[in-house]
Amino acid sequence: MSDHSKTDVVVHDGSDPLSVGEKDLDRFPNPGLPEHKHRLSDESEAGAKRVERQIVILFVLSLLASIGGVVGYFVFPLDATLGSVRASTLSIGLGLGVGMLGIGVAAVHWAKALMSDVEQVDERHAQRSDDATRADAIQALKDGADDSRIARRPVLKGALVSAVAVAPLAFVVPLVGNLGGDWNVRKFRYTMWGPGVRLARDPDGGLIRPEQVTIGSVWHVIPDGLLGSEHMLEEKAKAVVLMVRMNPSELTEAPERADWSWDGIVAYSKVCTHVGCPVALYEQQTHHLLCPCHQSTFDVSDGAKVVFGPAKRALPQLPITVDDEGYLVAQSDFHEMVGPSTWERERYSDLPVSDEEKAH
Amino acid sequence: MSTTTPLAKAAGGTADFFDTRVGAGKMVKEFARKVFPDHWSFLLGEIALYSFVVLLLTGTFLTMFFVPSMTEVHYPEDALPVAMRGVEMSEAFASTLNMSFHVRGGLLMRQIHHWAALLFMASIVTHMMRVFFTGAFRKPRELNWVVGFTILILGLAAGFTGYSLPDDVLSGNGLRITDGVVKSIPVIGSYMSFMIFGGEFPGTEIIPRLFTAHILLVPALILALIAVHLVLIVVHKHTQYPGPGRSNRNVVGYPLFPVYVAKAGGFFFVVFGVLAIMGATLAINSVWAYGPYDPSPVGAGAQPDWYMLFLEGSLRLMPGAPEFVIAGYTLSLNVLIPAVVVPGVLFTALAVYPFLEAWATGDKREHHVLDRPRNVPTRTGVGVAILTAFIILVLAGSNDILATHFNLSINSITWVFRFLFFAGPVIAFIVTKRLCLALQRRDRELVLHGHETGRVVRFASGEYIEVHQPLTDHERWLLVGHEPVRPLEIGPGENERGVARPAYKKAVRRSKVSNFFFADRVEPVTPSELAASHGHGEHDEIESAESNEGLLTNASTRG
Amino acid sequence: MVKALASARRHRFAPVVLMLFALLAVGGIYAVAAPQAAVADSASQDDVTEGEKLFQANCASCHGPSAEGRTDVAPSLIGVGAASVHFQVSTGRMPMAANAPQAPEKGVQFSTEQTAQLAAYVASLAPGPAIPDAEQVDPALGDAANGMLVFRTNCAMCHNAVGAGGALSEGKYAPSLFNSTPTEIYEAMLTGPQSMPVFNDENITPEAKRDVIAYLMEQRADDSSPGGANLGAIGPVSEGMWVWIIGMGALIGASVWIGAKSS
Repeated sequence: MSDHSKTDVVVHDGSDPLSVGEKDLDRFPNPGLPEHKHRLSDESEAGAKRVERQIVILFVLSLLASIGGVVGYFVFPLDATLGSVRASTLSIGLGLGVGMLGIGVAAVHWAKALMSDVEQVDERHAQRSDDATRADAIQALKDGADDSRIARRPVLKGALVSAVAVAPLAFVVPLVGNLGGDWNVRKFRYTMWGPGVRLARDPDGGLIRPEQVTIGSVWHVIPDGLLGSEHMLEEKAKAVVLMVRMNPSELTEAPERADWSWDGIVAYSKVCTHVGCPVALYEQQTHHLLCPCHQSTFDVSDGAKVVFGPAKRALPQLPITVDDEGYLVAQSDFHEMVGPSTWERERYSDLPVSDEEKAH
Repeated sequence: MSTTTPLAKAAGGTADFFDTRVGAGKMVKEFARKVFPDHWSFLLGEIALYSFVVLLLTGTFLTMFFVPSMTEVHYPEDALPVAMRGVEMSEAFASTLNMSFHVRGGLLMRQIHHWAALLFMASIVTHMMRVFFTGAFRKPRELNWVVGFTILILGLAAGFTGYSLPDDVLSGNGLRITDGVVKSIPVIGSYMSFMIFGGEFPGTEIIPRLFTAHILLVPALILALIAVHLVLIVVHKHTQYPGPGRSNRNVVGYPLFPVYVAKAGGFFFVVFGVLAIMGATLAINSVWAYGPYDPSPVGAGAQPDWYMLFLEGSLRLMPGAPEFVIAGYTLSLNVLIPAVVVPGVLFTALAVYPFLEAWATGDKREHHVLDRPRNVPTRTGVGVAILTAFIILVLAGSNDILATHFNLSINSITWVFRFLFFAGPVIAFIVTKRLCLALQRRDRELVLHGHETGRVVRFASGEYIEVHQPLTDHERWLLVGHEPVRPLEIGPGENERGVARPAYKKAVRRSKVSNFFFADRVEPVTPSELAASHGHGEHDEIESAESNEGLLTNASTRG
Repeated sequence: MVKALASARRHRFAPVVLMLFALLAVGGIYAVAAPQAAVADSASQDDVTEGEKLFQANCASCHGPSAEGRTDVAPSLIGVGAASVHFQVSTGRMPMAANAPQAPEKGVQFSTEQTAQLAAYVASLAPGPAIPDAEQVDPALGDAANGMLVFRTNCAMCHNAVGAGGALSEGKYAPSLFNSTPTEIYEAMLTGPQSMPVFNDENITPEAKRDVIAYLMEQRADDSSPGGANLGAIGPVSEGMWVWIIGMGALIGASVWIGAKSS
C-alpha cells in the first residue's frame, strides 16, 4: 500500500480514522484500477468528428425549439376559446422543454463520448484535525475564556443567560398574540341556528317546506339569512346541515329526541366529527352517510351514530319543526358543539345558548 | 505573449480582476479539477436540486400574477372558463384562473411548477433511499443525513403551503382537515386553530399567511440547508461504490471541470426539459374543476398531493373508538395517534437511524466506500420495512381510488391495510433479510468456485465435471472487498473482585441491538478459504490459462 | 378404423366426450329454437299492453306481478314513473343480473320501443316522474356556471368534481358520468336510482337540472382540458402516480444513461 504519511492524521492513540480493516492480514489485496477502455472517439479522429457532429445537431435542435417557443408566445394569443389556451401552452411549453432538453443531452453526450474519460484519483484526508491542531484550538478557546474573565463568575453567567433568554419574548409575544384574532374559542360552540331560524337551500337560499322533501331525497341546507351576512364563510363552516327524509318506520329515535324530527325528516350537522370535512355522501337505500375524506360512516336512521371509520361521535342533530307559515325551521341551535372534537368541547355543551353570546 | 488571442486576454483580465480582490486563484486551484466519483445513482440528489431550481424560477413567474388575498370578488361574466362566469370567489382563486386563462404561458408555468413540486419530493425520497441502502449516512456524514432529512420535512411544508394557495375546494378541505387535527391537540388545540387562521375557520388570513410561508420562509430555509448539504459534500468528498482501485483513502472519478460541469450542468437542462414537456402536455391541478373554496361542497377523490398521502392513509386507517372524555376534557387519540404519533415514530426512526446503527456497531472510523445492500442485511431489511409502512399508508390514503378502479369495497380495503400496516413491515423485513443473506451466499459461491461455463468435461477416469471459470482479481474484488461487521462483545458482568460493573446493563442492551444487526451474517471469502476450496481436488477448477485455452480450442473444433 | 372406434367406446374419457356432445346439442337447439323477444310494431300496438307483457316476462319475478315489489328482493315500482323505468332499462341496469345494492350499467337488453312500452306500463300504474323532453335536457339552454354551483353542492361528493365517479361504502360506487346522455342525467337526478338520493324538482328545479347537464357537457368538449391530457380527472392520486412513472422514470433512465460508459 502507498505511503499515507502526508494524508494521515496524527492521533495520539495511534488510531487511523480512514482505515477499514486494512490491518487484517487474511484479506484479498485491492487489485488497483482496471485498464482504461478506449471509446470510438479516442481511437480515431473520424470517430471524434462524428461525435462532434452529433453534439452540434443537438445544440441546433435546441436552438430551433427555443426559438419556436418564443414564436409560439407571439403567434398564439389567448382568446375566448379553450383551444387557444391549449395551443399557447403547448407551443411555449414544448419549445422550452425541447430547448432545454437539447442542451442537456448535448452536454451529457459531449461529456460521455468526447471528453477525456481517464479516471483520476484524489487522496482523501481524515476529517479529524490532528492532535497538534486540536491542542492549538483548545488553547485558543482557553485563552479566550481567560481574556473574558468569566471564570468563577456564576452570577454574570446567570444574568447573561436570563437576559438573552427573555429578550426575544418582546418580539415573539406581540407576533403570536396578534395572530389569533380575538382568541375567543367559545365561538366554536355557537352557530347561526337558533329558535325559528328557517332552513334554506344551499347554495341559493330558497326556503323549504316539508312537502317538498320527498322520501329518499337529500337537501343541503344553510340557515336563512346566511347569504350576504358578515363572516359568511365562517358561519357556513359551522352551520351546514344535511336533511333527508325517510319512512318514519325506518327511523330509530332516542326518546328525548322524538320531537327533533318532522314526519321522517331529520337534519344533521354536515361537519364531520372526525376532522371536519363536509360529510355528504348519502346512500339512499342503506341510510348511511359517508364522509369522503377518511370514510367515517354515519347511520342517519339511527341518530347518525358512527358505524365505520375514524370518527367517534355521532353527528350533532339539528332539532327541526315547522313554523306557522309552513316552512321548516330549527327549534334551537345544536345541543352540542359541531365538528371535530376539541379539548374543552364537553365543557361548552352546558353553556346557555343566548343571543348575547352569539352576537360577536 | 504576442500570440495570445483576444479571448485569452479577456479571460486573463477577468481572472486577474477576481484573484486580486477575493483570492479566486486559490479556489479555482482547489476546485476546478476536484474528483467526483461517477455513478448514475449519484444523480438522484441532483434531480431534487434541479427541480428545486425549476420551482424557484417558475414560482417567481407565478408570484407576478398571483394575488394572495381572500377578499371576495365576482369572476367576469365573459371570461374563460365558462363554468366560473359570475361566480363569487376569493381573489386568490380568481388570480389563479386569470393566470391560467389570460396570461400566455401562465398555465404552463403553473403546471411545470406543480409537476416540479411532485418530482422534488419523489426525487428526495429516491435519493434518501439510495443514501440509506448504501450506508452513505455513516460517519462523517450523519450530520448531512440530518440536514437532508430536514429538507425532506421542509419540502412537505413547501408543497402543502403551495397547493393550498389557489384556495380551491380540494385544498381548502385539506386546510379544514388540518384545522380539525390541530383542534384535537390537548389544552392548546383550539387556540392553535385560532392562531393559524386568525380566528374561526376559514377566516381571511390563512392564504396570505401561507403565501408568506411558501415564498419566503420555507424556501429560504430550504436554500440555506441545500447550501449546507452541498458544502458538506465538498468537505467530506463524495462517497464511492466499492470497486478495483477504490478504497477508503481515495476518490476515483472524473474532474469537476470539464466532465461534471458538462454532466451535472447538462443534467439540469435535462430535468428542466422533462418538467417543461410534462407541464406542456399533462394537465395537473386544474383548480377550475374543483371550484373556489366553500365550506359546503366536497369532491370524491379528496386527497392531498402524493407526498402527504401517508398522513391521509394514517387518518383513514385509524379506528374511531379511542376518543375519551376525562373529567370533562376530550382526548382524541383517534386523531392524535394517526396524525402525530405514527408519522412522528416513522420520521424519528428515519432521522436517528445513523446514530442507532453507529451505536450498534461501535464503529468510530470514517466510511467513504458505500455498502452493497446485500452486505448489510439487517439495515436493508429495516429500510424496506419502513418503506413498506409508508407505502401501505400511501395506498390506504388512496383507498377510494383503489376501490373504484379495482371494484373492491372501501371497507374491506381499510381492514386489509389495518392488518398489513403491522404485518407488512415485519414480513418485508424477514423476506428482505433472507434475500440479502442468500445473495451474499451466492457471492461466496461465485468466489469460491468461479463462473459456471456450462462446459462439461469428462475425464479418462469416467468422472464428469463442469468447468468453472475462476474470477479475475478485478471481478473478485467487488465480492470480497467489504469488511465483515461482527456484533459487539461485552465484557463480564463483574470485575476481577466480583464487583458489578456499572455500565453492564447498558452494555447488555447495546450488545442485544448489535446482535440484532450483525449476528446473522455471511462473511466475505478470505484468501485462505479460497485456497482451502482448491484443495478439494485438482479437477474442481481448471486453473491454468493454457488449459483454458486448450479447452476453448477443442470446443470450437467440436463445433 | 372401426376397431379404433370400438376400443374408444370403452375409453375412460368416453363419458366426458358424450357429455360434451350432449351439451353442445342442447345449446345449439336452444340457440335456434328459443323464443325471440317480442318485437313491437310501433305504429298500432297499445304500448301499455305490450309493456305489461314485457314486464310480466322480464320484471315480475323480482318486482312482483303487479309491480308491488317483494320484500328484500326488489322495491315497488308503483309511482316511480316512466322516467325511472326509462333510466334503468335504457342504461342496461335493469334487468339486474344479481340482486345487490349496486346496479351496474351493462348491456342494454331492450330496444328503444320496448323500453318505452315498459315505461308506459309502469307510468300507468300511478302518477310519477315523466321522461323529460328534448328541450328540458338541451345543454345549450343551460347555464354551466350555475350548473357547477349546483353540481358541486349536491353531486361532486359522490361523482367527483367533473363526474369521473367515486367510491361509496361496501363496494358500491357512484359511476362515471362521462358517457351518460343528458336524458339519463336528468332522469337519475329526478328518480334517485339505487343508492343515489332523489333530487326532486323542488330541490333542484328543472332549469337547475338543465344547468347541471350543461356543466357536465362542458366538461366533455374536445378541448375541455386546456392543460393537456387530463389523466382521467381523478385528482392528486393519479398525478402522484404519473410523476413517479413518467417523471422519475424518465429521469432515472437519463441518469443511467449519463452514468454509463460511452462506446
